[in-house]
Amino acid sequence: MKTSEEQREQLEDESQVYNPNPYQEEEDVEAISPWKDALKQLRKSPLAITGFLLVLFFIILGFVAPFVSPYEFDGDDPINRLQPPSADHWLGTDDIGRDIFTRLAYGARISLITGFTAVTGALVFGTLLGIISGYFGRWVDMLISRIFDILLAFPSILLAIAVVAILGASLTNALIAIAIINIPIFGRLVRSKVISLREEEFILAAKAQGMKRGRILLHHILPNSLAPIIVQATLGFGTAILEAAALGFLGLGAQPPTPEWGKMLSDSRDFIQLAPWTLIFPGVSIMLVVLGFNLIGDGLRDALDPKMKN
Amino acid sequence: MQEPILEVNHLKKYFDIRGGVFGKKVGAVKAVDDVSFTVNEGEILGIVGESGCGKSTTGKALLRLIEPTEGEVKFNDQDITQVNSEEMRQLRRDMQIIFQDPYASLNPRHTVEKIVAEPLLVHGMTNAKERKERVKELLEIVGLRAYHASRYPHQFSGGQRQRIGIARALANNPKLIICDEPVSALDVSVQSQILNLMSDLRDQFNLTYLFIAHDLSVVKHISDRVGVMYLGRMVELADKDELYENPKHPYTQALLSAVPVADPDETGERIILQGDVPSPSNPPSGCPFHTRCPQAMDICQEVTPTFQDHSDQHYVACHLYE
Repeated sequence: MKTSEEQREQLEDESQVYNPNPYQEEEDVEAISPWKDALKQLRKSPLAITGFLLVLFFIILGFVAPFVSPYEFDGDDPINRLQPPSADHWLGTDDIGRDIFTRLAYGARISLITGFTAVTGALVFGTLLGIISGYFGRWVDMLISRIFDILLAFPSILLAIAVVAILGASLTNALIAIAIINIPIFGRLVRSKVISLREEEFILAAKAQGMKRGRILLHHILPNSLAPIIVQATLGFGTAILEAAALGFLGLGAQPPTPEWGKMLSDSRDFIQLAPWTLIFPGVSIMLVVLGFNLIGDGLRDALDPKMKN
Repeated sequence: MQEPILEVNHLKKYFDIRGGVFGKKVGAVKAVDDVSFTVNEGEILGIVGESGCGKSTTGKALLRLIEPTEGEVKFNDQDITQVNSEEMRQLRRDMQIIFQDPYASLNPRHTVEKIVAEPLLVHGMTNAKERKERVKELLEIVGLRAYHASRYPHQFSGGQRQRIGIARALANNPKLIICDEPVSALDVSVQSQILNLMSDLRDQFNLTYLFIAHDLSVVKHISDRVGVMYLGRMVELADKDELYENPKHPYTQALLSAVPVADPDETGERIILQGDVPSPSNPPSGCPFHTRCPQAMDICQEVTPTFQDHSDQHYVACHLYE
């Protein structure tokens, strides 16, 4: 066996005479990572762009809320209650005279934070459980999968109500409830992806090179299962916002005077004929932000699907 | 050159067939059934056989990528079936594998640099700059360019990808490389390039190959000795020229008679085998080949022939020669 130093010398000699690559090639060909490629695809999709703009609009709205509105989200003004939209109150006022536009803008913060936290929680725990379940298999998989099955057997809103009933009604508890009901959705997705990846030859190759389990999981299996997780996370954002609104509507989420959109809907439902604006604007906001996330999710799904490549 | 680097004794790999409500074992696929051979240092041992005869399983079981059911695999006189997983991990530095499918064996989310550098990292080359240098060097060894390092596998052709796979296998200066049909996924013009590269590398780095293939001409081109497998068993093993000129086992004879000869006047006798390969979950009694053998005798149905040296390192498992 030669030392690597000797080999190196030999190679330097060899590489000068031996040109095994007879094809002329451009040296400055760009390295295209699969992620970059997906981003390029995404930028070509008008629907995804629309979704992105919608979500961006609400993010900005949430950020600038205190600056664009002279009113407080909890500042009641009984004299001006149930005012229709006007120059003073762009979207009108509710039954105790609070400015609806101000409340919607503050509500955007709540909805986005709700979506983000609930999805992050579900994603972290779901991915972790899914990877463990898929990679280790056997009784671990059996146990985790059955827990997922039990969670999925309940209608999600019923399960959320049960969780909130145990923990008490508040926005934080609603978040926890939404995260819990979304865990099995991520978990099953990741598990199935990991099971199919486990049989891939490049995972076997990683083992053959002497990599440890942790490294194979983190560097080989996880990056390759990210695409469906990202898509599900984006779509899950919309669902989580919708579920938070539903819990708020039922009085199990945000408590007054928090300007939560679902809560705003339920508070104003008595005035639907008298002052429809109190109902329409929060409703439309929920719809638009959920639509935005769904459009991004659909765009991402197409962009990340290798079979959709041109 | 006659020192054995790898000694395989009575290697078996049975895959359990499970069925019923409780997943009870109802049978076993005998993918590899009692295979023994040695690989000498510096040689290329070819293994041929048709699809499903257990050659790939043998290759993977030798590296414990599939745990062998029974038997002994001695690498440099150490029985690797007995070592623990950390010792095995260390041993992988010296025993590598090149896979059949260059499209499936490279991680699509890693750059070539990461693919080739990772085995260096896990075997203790912690200096990033050193790794980078070594990757460049390896890419040039296998006929790629240093600037290819930053690209992703999907930007390469099949032949180039297989070169990346070879560079990865070579990274830690292994002693033995199992080549699991490394050229069968490539088209013919590229096949010869890769084969020549592999045989150059063997000379350059004093490597030993176990070369698994189903293409007889490929095996003839590259190997020093050739083993023939049928239904999970090794039926014949001999020096390349001896085997191709003087095949002893009826299966080998039939296999070689199917190789086309580039001469229109040559009308060699084709031995056409009848029937299909029996199922490895229910192999025939006695000699596994007796159901299709044109020269089968009564004894073949009852007694399994032993794999023995017939003459001058020409091993054959057949009752005709006992």
